[in-house]
Amino acid sequence: MSNSIKAAALSAPLLLAATAPAMAQTVDERVNEIFANSTGWFVNLIFSPFPGTSFPWIVAWLVVAATVFTVYFGLIQFRAFPHSISLVRGDYSDPNDAGEVSHFQALATALSGTVGLGNIAGVAVAVGIGGPGATFWMILAGLMGMASKFTECTLGVKYRNEFPDGHVSGGPMYYMTKGFAERGLPMGKFLAVLFSIFCILGALGGGNMFQANQAHAQISGVVGEYPGWITGVVFAGVVFAVIVGGLKSIARVTEKVVPFMGVMYVATALVILAMNADQIGWAFGQIFDGAFTGLGVAGGMVGALIQGFKRAAFSNEAGVGSAAIAHSAVRTKEPITEGFVSLLEPFIDTVVICTMTALVIIITGQLVQDPNTGLYLLDEGAATIQTVDGNKGVALTSAAFSSAFGWFQYVLALAVILFAFSTMISWSYYGLKAWTFLFGEGETKELVFKVIFCIFVVIGAAANLGPVIDFSDAAIFAMAVVNIIALYFLMPIVKRELNSYMSRLKAGEIKKYV
Amino acid sequence: MSKKIVLGYDDSEAAKSALAFAVSLAKAQGAELVIAHVLEWSPYSFLTPEEIEQRHKRREEELKRAEDALLKPVCKSLEDDGVTFVTELKYGHIAETLIDVIKKHGASHLIIGRTGHSGLSSRLFGSVAGTLAQAAPVPVTIVP
Repeated sequence: MSNSIKAAALSAPLLLAATAPAMAQTVDERVNEIFANSTGWFVNLIFSPFPGTSFPWIVAWLVVAATVFTVYFGLIQFRAFPHSISLVRGDYSDPNDAGEVSHFQALATALSGTVGLGNIAGVAVAVGIGGPGATFWMILAGLMGMASKFTECTLGVKYRNEFPDGHVSGGPMYYMTKGFAERGLPMGKFLAVLFSIFCILGALGGGNMFQANQAHAQISGVVGEYPGWITGVVFAGVVFAVIVGGLKSIARVTEKVVPFMGVMYVATALVILAMNADQIGWAFGQIFDGAFTGLGVAGGMVGALIQGFKRAAFSNEAGVGSAAIAHSAVRTKEPITEGFVSLLEPFIDTVVICTMTALVIIITGQLVQDPNTGLYLLDEGAATIQTVDGNKGVALTSAAFSSAFGWFQYVLALAVILFAFSTMISWSYYGLKAWTFLFGEGETKELVFKVIFCIFVVIGAAANLGPVIDFSDAAIFAMAVVNIIALYFLMPIVKRELNSYMSRLKAGEIKKYV
Repeated sequence: MSKKIVLGYDDSEAAKSALAFAVSLAKAQGAELVIAHVLEWSPYSFLTPEEIEQRHKRREEELKRAEDALLKPVCKSLEDDGVTFVTELKYGHIAETLIDVIKKHGASHLIIGRTGHSGLSSRLFGSVAGTLAQAAPVPVTIVP
């Protein structure tokens, strides 16, 4: 009974903090209020903790799954890591297949859907609530998540639909129906429908509203406060032009600039770390101490762990099933190779990029510590850590990077906009695939979804951070609930593929071209 | 064992001149022609999810278009000229792929048209003809 109250208490301070600066933005406030009221029950259901604890069951669900896959496939994420790299380099690609989508392209596209605000804003939220210790759990969850991703992406390719005209549709809804039928299991269709519904909600939430929301926060941080719906309308217009108008040029420019931004982001983070090289040891000390003691954060060690796991899952989407949609469009004779390639995603996304964000925030001293005890000081609501300038979310990351390079806030603002945009484009595709699975392929049906998607861009930009971030997480984690059930039932199929491939690889039957 | 000459062919005017030159050379030397057309492609470019989904279909279309619009007319005229030839239709980096074709056929000569791009991009990245002149393992004739 106390479950929902506790979960509500978790999000309440965020709500309060967000509504505190009572600006005369009536449209935004109304959107925000309606939104919070209509989604609260769903958020509470997904994030309800185990009775008598503050540990949300959904976090345990993801971590247990990642652990099961890690053990079941014998530490595949470490064993297959070198092979994954050589697959991406094209060492095993037949030159006669040139012109088809390469492993590198599949990885890059899937990554541009996951590398985004989760890495910049999400990590700041995690570290802002769970302290440096959250980073440790985030890295651990990232490493474990590699096995989940391997499992789902292999299945995604194996059970995709190939249409006579050559285009392909794949994803969890297809392996749920086809894989379950193959194994003679019931309920495949039911799971697929459920997954598709959550996928549409996730696409509108984390893949859309959260992005629009944080993009607006970033822009208004640079140019000054103005109503969120304005950002929303502009973003919605551009998204509309791309996904409805087929304006490929915008998408293409973004797809080219996003990887560049990603590299630049990591490079800048490395420079800041190098400038503070003497403190790297201290920062890792904070991460380890915080991981097991919490260093005074709300909820202690468990609080740090929950934040770390949550953010990792939200950022790399391992176990959620979205990557299975992205990767299944690739043509390959061996589904398992796509699984190998995809396991690099959580590594790049979480273990490398998210960790960079966390380290920069910690090392630039954004979180306020008690000089005597070394514990982190909490805000009035006692839920979040005090920051130097009271920054939250993406503003915290921006402040951390800007403390070293003042101009970086402009680069970051641009990066956030582009990341947000590319993530929206990717998620509009995932949502669309779920939509067409439910309602069938057809231009009018697709248009309906695309228009709904654009409307949610405006809502997301206008609503405050608290309710949006809660709903985004809830919808995406709901996908994971259904997807992981399916993965448990289908993992023997992946094992069979893996054993067959590995024995052929050893026997030299898998040809290396380079 | 007859001599083989590779002709890098596209839809440019220079390529047509190169074709004429290659035909006269092949006739004079009794050599076989390898008509190679390369569709520019990098496995490291970036695509949107929709493009990935459509890629296989597009590839088939591109190959068919190149075959029909570009290679078929050439084949027709070469047959009329009575020159022995084979065709190669490939995806890849243009210069690298032409070099692969030369190696594959054990050809002894490469003929290409000069595309005439003297703009900024060729200054920065080098032209295909310039790259081949430097990197090809056989003598290269560049036809204006």
